Amino acid sequence: MTAELVRGQNHPLSRTRLTIRISAGVPVLAGATLGDENGTVHGTRWVARPGAPVPPGVEVSQEAAPEHRLAVDLAAVPESVHRVDVFLALPTGTAGPSRFGAAPAPHTAVEDRDGTELVGYTLTGLDGESAVIALELYRRQGAWKVRAMGQGYSGGLPALFADQGLTEAAELAASLQQTAAPTPTRAMPAPSSAAAPQDASAPGTAEQTPSYDPQRLASDRGTQSPVPDHGAQSPTPDHGARNPYDGPAPAAEPAPRGLGGPIDYAHPRRHSAPPPPPSAAPVDDGQPALPVAGDAVGWSMDERLYNQVWGMFEDLARTTAAYRSAVDFADSRLEKEVDQALADPRARLGTSGDIARDAAYARRTELVDQARAVLDRDLAQLTAEAEVVEPALPPAYAGWESPVWHGYRVPAEQPLAVRLGVLHLPESGLLRIPLLVRLPLERGLWIDSGVTEAPDDTVRDSAELRRLAVETAVTIAARLLAVHPPGEFAVHVVDPAGAGAGALTPLTGAGMLAAAPATGAAGVTDLLERLTRRVDLVQMAVRGGAEASLPADVDTARQLLIVNDFPHGFDERAVTRLRYLADEGPAVGVHLLLVADRQDAAAYGPLLDPLWRSLMRLTPVPDDHIADPWVGHAWTYEPSPVPPGSQIVRQVLAEVARARPKDR
Amino acid sequence: MSVNLTKGQAISLEKKDGGTLTAVRMGLGWQAAKRRGLFGSRTREIDLDASAVLFAEKQPVDVVFFRHLVSDDGSVRHTGDNLVGGVGQGGDDEAILVDLQRVPVHIDQIVFTVNSFTGQTFQEVENAFCRLVDETNGQELARYTLAGGGAYTAQIMAKVHRVGSSWTMTALGTPSNGRTFQDLMPTILPHL
Repeated sequence: MTAELVRGQNHPLSRTRLTIRISAGVPVLAGATLGDENGTVHGTRWVARPGAPVPPGVEVSQEAAPEHRLAVDLAAVPESVHRVDVFLALPTGTAGPSRFGAAPAPHTAVEDRDGTELVGYTLTGLDGESAVIALELYRRQGAWKVRAMGQGYSGGLPALFADQGLTEAAELAASLQQTAAPTPTRAMPAPSSAAAPQDASAPGTAEQTPSYDPQRLASDRGTQSPVPDHGAQSPTPDHGARNPYDGPAPAAEPAPRGLGGPIDYAHPRRHSAPPPPPSAAPVDDGQPALPVAGDAVGWSMDERLYNQVWGMFEDLARTTAAYRSAVDFADSRLEKEVDQALADPRARLGTSGDIARDAAYARRTELVDQARAVLDRDLAQLTAEAEVVEPALPPAYAGWESPVWHGYRVPAEQPLAVRLGVLHLPESGLLRIPLLVRLPLERGLWIDSGVTEAPDDTVRDSAELRRLAVETAVTIAARLLAVHPPGEFAVHVVDPAGAGAGALTPLTGAGMLAAAPATGAAGVTDLLERLTRRVDLVQMAVRGGAEASLPADVDTARQLLIVNDFPHGFDERAVTRLRYLADEGPAVGVHLLLVADRQDAAAYGPLLDPLWRSLMRLTPVPDDHIADPWVGHAWTYEPSPVPPGSQIVRQVLAEVARARPKDR
Repeated sequence: MSVNLTKGQAISLEKKDGGTLTAVRMGLGWQAAKRRGLFGSRTREIDLDASAVLFAEKQPVDVVFFRHLVSDDGSVRHTGDNLVGGVGQGGDDEAILVDLQRVPVHIDQIVFTVNSFTGQTFQEVENAFCRLVDETNGQELARYTLAGGGAYTAQIMAKVHRVGSSWTMTALGTPSNGRTFQDLMPTILPHL
């Protein structure tokens, strides 16, 4: 039975000898890269490409063609290889299209050697990319699975190879383009026509097809290349940051499921009816269904993913509540039973007291173990779901480590929600739930730069915290800028003492701000006055039903006001204005992002309490202060981490800057 | 085939084919009061409420009622408060769904109760019943008729409790008085 995959979905592979069939409608290059568990490809010899000796286990076509067959023998792939990425690229310097958006949606299929199709995947929604990773075969706990990737690269093959850690990416891409240039005499691929004749020593194996050359694979197996040096690979980031290669690369748009028709006429973003939600594959009774991204109700893939993430949030809250309730009960019962054992004077002498106490402890352990087993089962299921859902999230929902940000393009419409960070509980292990908040934001945000009690008792430096708080504010602002269509979101900064200048450079450097950060009391007053006027005018216009008659200088884009170091540089009047903006702003598109230490405002006494309460408190470091709406656990919040050393925020902001309307 | 329970009768929730029940629904239905006043605005509405109390070894751990519709662990769900009743033809006006497989390990009894929030006694309520349904196939397992319940405003209907690895339901049918489940706690405790 064929499983038609959507982007991000994976599927187990029961066979190891496979043929990957690619039909693209226009001539394309096809090949495969063999990477380690981090997806890093150690040198060009691990790239199966035309005109070069192939790595063990993989056979590729020799030139660009509309149809390809790649033979893969996963059993022959060296132990060190954990990922086989099948890529497609458009040949350069030909009359054909230069971007996949101008070509029919390529269809890929994984077949066993009998030609039975196991998995199909159509790469829809591509646009300016000229190279794309179509499928990924990867090892997971000793077994191979296939994942629908669809990760496109506008930079073409060089960008694709560079992303896989190949240093000589550009040269490799150039040589590949050259050797694979289609020759007019051979319009159809002949994957193994040049290979040796069939090995007579393996007759009758049903898996044999002409495109498969066991002799060659067998000889390769005998002369396996040495294992790539894994000691040299870059260390994976800790604290749950995901490896960007762990997941496939989804796009912002839902990938409508369809068979590999020659041309995908559907408008990628227009749906007359919502596409059918992907349903979990039927499984045996009693087993939880295999998780599928987007397995929730909703009119669009975005809404489904949003609902799914919130569903996972609720499930985790409730299963943890069950566990905690059981542990509490076990503890109180233990206490009671031990008290009873001690209260009995006869038990004080002799061993009967000890026996009773041991029995009580055993009963507690038994109950807690049972509860833990249930929790672990649920956690395993949710973790499996998160592994599927995270890679399928669009940029607005995805963590900065997600590959989807590498293929970032400015959106045409505002998303449903945005990710402000991740949540977890002490019991939840490595599982992280994205904190998705609906847009437009109904409450302002407050990044608390105050010193909080760290879970690990480390005393954090106040200056360090202030810097982290501004950085967190910047990444949140960058994300908000990136997920809004160009020109529909403007950012203002108040930095009275200029204390955040360094951390604000990603914003100021990319020219993201409407004006330079306001400094000094005068600057603060001026900016607040302008925003107050805007709120007032828009409110009046909305109430009067006269949005069209707003003065020309009123910016109708949503405004985000970042205030650093509040309340420095604020006089009483400015504080009052800020409170007005916090109360009235969100309804008319003016949002607040306050970076402040509440202690600094202690002089105001309780007067500012309503302001703090009206803002959503976030912290630059993990802190357990967010309550879920169902049970009220204290969840540990942490901002979505930007992978160390990653330039992704700057890259995304540069893309946003490029797409900005020039008249602003 | 539904069983008409009598007081104190126990039925096992193990299925005929050997499997155990996985999800049950406690349904409560009653007939709405007769319309009174020119516009029906002076009808003396009857508001019955179904509640479920979760016990761990005789200690109440959680309760599901109209102000707390889902138990913290998510295994017991109330479908919502009905303030007036229905047509009285056997349909559920309030229901509590129990996912027996997801009930936390320390919960060993779940007691279902019915209260008259508006204070009418069961003598004044017509066609009131409570029933237990196998949620997986809609089959009625047991039915308890409240009519003729006497001059009481509350009743402890039934309990489902663990016996080994499966669940058993016992009809209790104990009359009591009270506005919400809290008033019933003293009456419930002897039945645990």
